[in-house]
Amino acid sequence: MKICITSQGLTLDALVEERFGRAPFFIIIDSGTGSFTAIENQFAKGAGGVGPKAAQVLIAQDVKVLISGQVGGNAREVLAAAGIAMYTYRSGGTVKDAFDQFTKNMLEQST
Amino acid sequence: MKLAIASGKGGTGKTMVAVNLAFTLSKTEEVTLVDCDVEEPNLHLFFPAPAITTEVTVPVPVVTETTCDHCGRCEEVCQYGAMTVLRNRVLLFPELCHSCGGCTLVCPNGAIHEEPKRIGTTTISTPLPNLKLVSGMLDTGNPHAVPIIRAAKTLAASDPLIICDTAPGTSCPVVETLEGCDACILVTESTPFGLHDLRLAVDVAARLDVPIGIVINRSDGKDQATLEFCTDHDLDVMMIIPFDREIAAIQSRGDLLCRVRPEWQAAFTALFYKCQALAGVQR
Repeated sequence: MKICITSQGLTLDALVEERFGRAPFFIIIDSGTGSFTAIENQFAKGAGGVGPKAAQVLIAQDVKVLISGQVGGNAREVLAAAGIAMYTYRSGGTVKDAFDQFTKNMLEQST
Repeated sequence: MKLAIASGKGGTGKTMVAVNLAFTLSKTEEVTLVDCDVEEPNLHLFFPAPAITTEVTVPVPVVTETTCDHCGRCEEVCQYGAMTVLRNRVLLFPELCHSCGGCTLVCPNGAIHEEPKRIGTTTISTPLPNLKLVSGMLDTGNPHAVPIIRAAKTLAASDPLIICDTAPGTSCPVVETLEGCDACILVTESTPFGLHDLRLAVDVAARLDVPIGIVINRSDGKDQATLEFCTDHDLDVMMIIPFDREIAAIQSRGDLLCRVRPEWQAAFTALFYKCQALAGVQR
């Protein structure tokens, strides 16, 4: 299963970005193998409508879970319709920290 | 002639200049005053009169799900994130749509058509015998001011003398209002903020090729920095209005300086002559 964590950098040691649509990077971790890829969010500096556009990227990547600080209304609607579960992480740690907390079932799911 | 009153910084006195200019000129000629500050129109407060209201709509896409095969072409072409195509349905966000029509054009199945969506209104009234007032009003919660401004300007388009009161700032609503104007008055105040935003407004008007004249409002006599800026940029300071409690009180109760203090009419007439000169219009 693919899990996306919004990130300020390209590695698992980068800090989690709390915004979804304007996150600089999406780190996508395969929970089965533990391998990951980093995708630059080309909509991060867009004028508007970045939430749904960023959500479209996750759908294309076949992501099933999103971990981020805050997801806006439009993006939330797209993600929910696409069946992507959203979890909230706002502890200010790294991508790895967020992933560990998710695997330990310590993160709260948001609807 | 089409004249815009703009400012950059908010609260410098655009409306004060616009209503007094229109009031004074209407004594001798036909004037159309257009409230292009559609997010917060207020000219009607100075000129209350019965008005005719018309809805403003923009076309937004509607998808016929039975004809749609969810190919995703509309999502690709939409630059505003207004459409997301899932495996079995299309999600629409009409408030993100800019009504470009791209999705309707690229759909290979003819599954998208456009329907009108209300975003606000325009009103027309005749508060004084020679004064026509057109106001654009954006509905609360709607983000697109530009189509309302366009509709309001269209209602005045064939009138001989048009004065447009512009929104503050330098973004799309201001650009839309300035576009096609023969001259603009930038109203400023001699504060650091006033000068900072005046620079931005001058830049916008210059890029749109609209001749600029300056009005300094609420002058405390310490206008040196603003005057220097105007000299450096070859901008005519056409009028200086003093910082005066009585003027503020008149404006705040929705009255007109030129009605309460008719001696001000000469100054606003002179301002208009300078605008005509700026626009290259013969008297």
